[in-house]
Order: sequence, then structure tokens, then C-alpha cells
Amino acid sequence: MVAEHTMREHKSGTPVLSAREIVKTYGATRALKSVNFDVHAGTVTTLFGENGAGKSTLMKILSGVEQPTSGSILLDDRQVEFADTNDARAHGISIIHQELSLASNLSVRDNMFMGRELYNAVGRVDYKKEEQLCRTVLSDLAEDIDPATPLSELRLGQQQLVEIARALLADSRILIMDEPTSALSAAEVEVLFRVIDDLTSRGVSIVYISHHLEEALQVTDYAVVLRDGAITATALAEDIDLEWIVRHMVGENFDLGTPPTGYEFGDVALSIEDLSVEDPKDPARLLVDHLSLDVREGEIVCLYGLMGAGRTELLEAVAGRTPTVSGDVRLNESDVSKLSLRERLAVGLGLVPEDRQRDGLVQTMTVGQNLSLASLGEFVRGLFISRPAERAHVDEAIKDVRVKTSGGGAMIGSLSGGNQQKVVIGKIVSTAPKVLLLDEPSRGIDIGAKSEVFRLIAERAKSGLAVVYSTSEVGECLSIAHRIIVLRRGRIVAEFPPTASKEEIMASSGEAVVA
Amino acid sequence: MTDVTARRRRNPFSGLSFGAILLEARAFLALVVIFAIFSFLAPTAFPTLSNIVVMCQQVSVYAILSVGMLVVILDGGIDLSVGSTLGLAGMVAGLCMQGIPIGGVVLYPAVWVVVIIAVATGALVGLVNGLLVARLKVAPFVATLGMLYVVRGLAELSTNGLTVNNLDGKPELGNTGFDWLGFNSLLGIPIGVWVLVVVGIAASLLLNRSVYGRWLYASGGNQRAAELSGVPVRKVKVRAYVISGVCAAIAGVILTSELTSAGPTQGTSYELTAIAAVEIGGASLMGGRGTVRGTLLGAFVIGFLAAGLTIVGVSAYVQTVFTGAVIVLAVLLNGIQYRRRRAATTASKNPPPPTSSAGTGSTSRVPVTAEEPTA
Repeated sequence: MVAEHTMREHKSGTPVLSAREIVKTYGATRALKSVNFDVHAGTVTTLFGENGAGKSTLMKILSGVEQPTSGSILLDDRQVEFADTNDARAHGISIIHQELSLASNLSVRDNMFMGRELYNAVGRVDYKKEEQLCRTVLSDLAEDIDPATPLSELRLGQQQLVEIARALLADSRILIMDEPTSALSAAEVEVLFRVIDDLTSRGVSIVYISHHLEEALQVTDYAVVLRDGAITATALAEDIDLEWIVRHMVGENFDLGTPPTGYEFGDVALSIEDLSVEDPKDPARLLVDHLSLDVREGEIVCLYGLMGAGRTELLEAVAGRTPTVSGDVRLNESDVSKLSLRERLAVGLGLVPEDRQRDGLVQTMTVGQNLSLASLGEFVRGLFISRPAERAHVDEAIKDVRVKTSGGGAMIGSLSGGNQQKVVIGKIVSTAPKVLLLDEPSRGIDIGAKSEVFRLIAERAKSGLAVVYSTSEVGECLSIAHRIIVLRRGRIVAEFPPTASKEEIMASSGEAVVA
Repeated sequence: MTDVTARRRRNPFSGLSFGAILLEARAFLALVVIFAIFSFLAPTAFPTLSNIVVMCQQVSVYAILSVGMLVVILDGGIDLSVGSTLGLAGMVAGLCMQGIPIGGVVLYPAVWVVVIIAVATGALVGLVNGLLVARLKVAPFVATLGMLYVVRGLAELSTNGLTVNNLDGKPELGNTGFDWLGFNSLLGIPIGVWVLVVVGIAASLLLNRSVYGRWLYASGGNQRAAELSGVPVRKVKVRAYVISGVCAAIAGVILTSELTSAGPTQGTSYELTAIAAVEIGGASLMGGRGTVRGTLLGAFVIGFLAAGLTIVGVSAYVQTVFTGAVIVLAVLLNGIQYRRRRAATTASKNPPPPTSSAGTGSTSRVPVTAEEPTA
């Protein structure tokens, strides 16, 4: 463990922004329990913590989205209170959300000055001056973006830089970045990290939140770990490693599991042959390129690849959500290529989608209604759904996939991310599939929930289910998978046994090896 | 944490403040208040049995229309064509009563056949709406707005704008009794009200107990998730519009019978009243949320308010202002309820876990559309 005083001496010393004894309660729940948090000038401070640890709450308080129940915020040793985000921004604190707050129909310039337009003497918008300032800020970021470009024409990484530039334009000294890399390619992440380096060298402080621990560790100066609303550890990044972060995050050693053993694989359950999927935006390009893959009963296959490698496209095409341009999908020897998603689900090919909120759950319904949605037909007696039959099934499913909830009648929104994910998996598992496809089943859930989700999948495989899951985190390949398939530009470029090393897998995907 | 909040959700009144109860039951309370006020202002005219029966009969047409509208709104759509469909169904019924000339012979169908033909007309209009929206991906607002004009035009074309007055039928043709729907009573309650009761119960069973109902709530709540769960969302959508069309036609037949005439302009702007009733009843225009009970209460609020104002002698113009104010008030209250829910939830702007990202209690749902504008 690193002593407090070494931190103080690092880089520029005194904190610019300090949160003192921040307490935030929602009803009876204490989200933050007397948190002390410092941001030092010209440094990157990363906040680590599982979902529900209080990271977002703390960031919301620092950026003025919410007000603390008690405690104070000191900016340059002066106590401040932020009424809202605009107030915080006026004090030089900006937050960049995962979901960018830009208007894609406007140009880069108009976005940068949205709500802060510059006016000339006669009260009209001074586009020339805006454009000039815009260029200056963007060239400071070493980004060659024309201010007149419509935002929609920029890649996501560039859009994010525009958002950063906008914050700089408002003279922000402290930038809070919430999961900035979650949708970026490896190359874009590099650009972002270079920009972060550049910003800190100019004295801007960054508060960084990310689920990608390795990545965050690369970029950060300080690591602060939150658990259950309290800070459990603070350290200089150079003194710590992944193990340290994870240990403090979960409070115990974690294990994502090992491939289930002690049984023989059955027949080939899923057979993909010569499958191709077109890019809807560019029909000349194939997102999945003549790909073939067999998965046996009881086998767990992991699909690894960078953003854009074709993981989601492959899984969605196999499930029948998106059309293919060539190839066949066979389920237990019978061709399902002509079937719709609904029909494929009925014959035993189920997909757990990547985006839980957008594609997995109906937020207006209860836990039970979500769990039974895909298998409603089983509870019909006569004209109507039999409530006892449905309730019995729901209760069993809750136990089966270990959803922590008071019961099927709870609203789905009352569950944590990990439990919501278990509901999505439970819903598809309720249809008794023979092949289960899971697109990034661990996305956006904490480590504890991840290992539970993986254990759940492993148990199913043991009883004969063929499983294909995708991931963008290499650590998750080396968990329960019997076979690791690496995708790159829609093709299988490598195949590894569970004994492979992270470096091998990452190198084959085209990713730069992290030291 | 989830335990506490979830339990609270299941029993919505436990542990909630008085204000929250007021919000939950606002349509019912509004009805009680309206009843009390007019009973006070017109003690001899308003709270009499005969007046209540008349008011219920008037409300039933709107209420049946509103139930159909609710089904479409639950799916996340809207049906602006119901007023026109009501008119067309009435015209079809009226013309059928005059006889259907086929190849030189004029057929005089029995009244029950006439009703079936009229209702089938409504179903057909709904089917066109549904196919436009679900198959051809026309926005519901635009598709049904277009149908509002087309259907109204057809109703007017059918008689060149004239009203069909003679709906009595002739005993020797065996087609008498059309007025039964509008004028007769069963156990002292008008037939129109009985029809409403049947429609209400059927809709309740459909929405709460059938697979279709569950599919409808799921499609309206999150179409993508429903689709990935194997819900045939397009079929669900088409059927929703068909149900709405059928409800509109039933309302049209009842209204025609009550008025003893079929006019091509019948039901003009009724779609707006129906939407208002659904909205006062607490349904969300975003889909996925709403109940038959709420919608019926909404229809009665509008109906009793209008009737009460007429009885106390308020002019029709002032009535319009009142009705509008009630609608706005209802929507405002919806907004308050929505904000309370959000305040109680740590609705995060970040897509991964929509709630409890800070481990806080969340009393209820996060609407799918709960996107806060960020500056």
C-alpha cells in the first residue's frame, strides 16, 4: 500500500478540487459515506469501482448534476456550491458523458458554440470568430477537423474530441470523463490518450472513469478505488497493478471461472458455413467474410476481437436478426437459414443481445414479465396466460439464474446492472435453447456479477448447451471458454486453447500488446 | 435495497405520501370532485338517476373509442382516424338499412348483419392503418392522419354529403330494430352502456390476461427487446390498429342508432377526445404504459365535465376552454408523477445500469425515453 504523503509530492502537489466528507443519501440508502476526494492540477485521477460503488454519484456531485446531502466542495481552497451543470462549467468543471451531448445535424463549429454563441456588434452570430477559435482549439488538440464539417460525418472518436474541445473552449480546468473509451477503436483510444497527455501537460486535470482497468491504468496518475460508497484505497498508478485495483474493488480475489470439465462434448449443435454479412452502409465491404464455425453440444466458444471485427454482426446474423449475403446456419443438422429470428428462437437458437437497455429489457415491465416474455406460450391455458403457471416459472427462473430481487413483481429498473443481465439471460434460457449466443454478456456489469454470469453459462454448458459468447476484454476469453476464436475484419484469424496467454490472443487480433 | 423498493412497487400505496396517492388515483379523484361540484351547483338536475344514466350513455360512445385508442397508444402509436372510422361505420350501417342493390335485386340484411358489416368496415380501416404503419413503416401520426381524410372523404362520398335519416327498417323486410342499440335498456341501463361494459371487460382480459396483451405492452415498452424475445411485433401492431378500428365502428353504430340518423360528418374530432381520455387516464404516449381502468375514468371525467357544465348553463365556448384545461392539467400531473419516479430513481444518463449505479434505492421504472438533455 502506498502512503498518503508520497501522493502529495507527485507532480504539482496541492489539489485544485477537493471533495470533503461528501455524504449523499437517497431515501434510506447511503450512496456515498463521507468521501474525501482530491483532484490535482495537471494529473489524471481514475476512479475505480464496481457498479453501485458510488462512482457516478460522486461525479454527478462534482459536476453539479446533483447536490451532496452533506459535505463540501473546495475549488482552489475556496468552498463552492454548484446549482447545476452550467454553474459547475462556469467554475471550470465539465463532464463528458459516455453518451455525447452533441447535435449530429449541426457542424463542428455550431456544436462547439452551442448555447454559447459569439455575437458581433450588431447582435448577429459571429461565425468567423467562432470558426477561428474553433480551429485554434482543434489544432491544439492536434486534430485536423474542419469546423464546417457536419458532426455526423465524423467518427465517434473524433466526435468525442469535439466534445473535449468544447469543454476546453469553455475554459474548463477539470474534465470528468465517464467511460470515454467504451465505443472507441484501439487507434482512437491511442489518440484520446495522447490528447489526455497533452491536456495534463497544459495543466488541465482529468477525472477518469472506466471499466477497462488495464487501459485506465495506462493513462492515469492516481488511482482511487471506491467500494460501497466509501474510498477503500488511493495510490499512485506507478506503484500498483491490476491485481491491486481488483482486490480493492471487490474486496476479495476474483475468478471468472475455468472451462467446465468432466464430460464429453456431444454432436455438432451449431454449424456456420461460409457466412457473409454486408455492411449496410457500404455493400462492397463484408462485415462477416465467408466465415465457418462448428460448435458442439456442451462446448463454450469465445469470440474475441476489437470493435468492428464483426463479433456482433456474426452473432446477429446467426440468430436471424440481420440478413446474410451468403452461407448457411445449421442447428442440429437442420438448416435454419431461411427461418426468422422468432422461428430460430422456437427451434432452439437464442441470442442474448449486447445492449441490455436497448435490446434486452422492457423497462416498463416487471422482472417476472421480462423473464417470461420469450416463453409465454408455455403458460397459456385456454385463452389466457395462467398466472400460477407463470409465477411458478418466474420464481424458478429467478432462483435458477440467481437474480437478486424481492420477487417477480419488482420493476426491472430496481435491479442492478448485473442482475438485469441475468434476467436477460434467464429470459432466453427459459426458451430451452440448444445453442445460446451471448453478445458481450459481461458488458457494463461489475466483476462480481461477471463471474456469476460466467458460472451460470458454464453450468448450462455442462448439461449440453452449446455456447458462443463474445467479448472485447481479453481477460474474459481466458475464463470458461473451451476454445477462443479471434476475429479480425470478419474472418477467423486464430484459434486458441484455454491455456493461451493474453498476449498471444491480443497480438493475433491486431491489438497493440499492452506491456 | 432492491427488496425494499420492489416491495413498495408491488403495493403502490404502502409507504407513499398522501401526495403520491393523490397522483396515482387522480383520474378517479377528478371524477369524484367533478361529481361533487356539480351536485352542489345543480342539486336537483345533476345527481339524479336519470341524468346519470343519460350521461353514461353519452360517455359510452367516447369511452369505447378511447379503449381502442388505448390499445394503439400502448403499442407506442396513435390512431387519428377513429373519428372518421366512426362516421364511415355509421354511414355503412345507415346505407345497409336502406338496402344493398346487387344485380338488380335489393337486399335488406337483418340488423345484426348490418352491425357486422359496419364493424367489419372499421376492422378494414384499422387493417389499412396497421399495414401502413407496420409493413410500410409510415409514421403512425402521418398514416392515420392520411386515413382520417380518406375515410371521412369516403363517408361523404357515399351519399354525397347527405344524411341517411330513415333507419327504422320495415317489418315486412325483417330489418327493424336498429334503434334498439340507442334507445333500449336492460335492467334500466341503456344498451350502449352495456356494450361499453362488454368492450371494457374484453379489453381488460385481452390486455392483462392474454399473450397478445403481454406482447402489446412489451412491444410498446421496448420494441427491439420484444422482437429479440420472439414477439411478432409487426403482427401485434397491425392487430392493435384493427382493434382500434373495430372499437370505432362499434361506437359509430351506437351513435347512429342513438341519433336515428347516419351523418357523414359524425364523429368529427372525436379522435382528439379519445386521445385526451387515454392521456387523462395516465397512459404514456411513448407506449407500454396505461390501463383500461384509467382510460375509462378519463372518458368519464371528460363526459361528466361537459355534461355538468351544460347543466349549470355554461356556454359551449367556455366548456371547450375547461376541457382543454383539464387535459393540460392531466398531462402536467403525468409529468409530476414521472419526475417523482425519476427523482426517486438514480436515473443515470449512462446506458449501463439505468438505476442504482450509485447503489441507491429506486422506487420504480426508468422510462426508456428518460434521456435528459445535457447542455
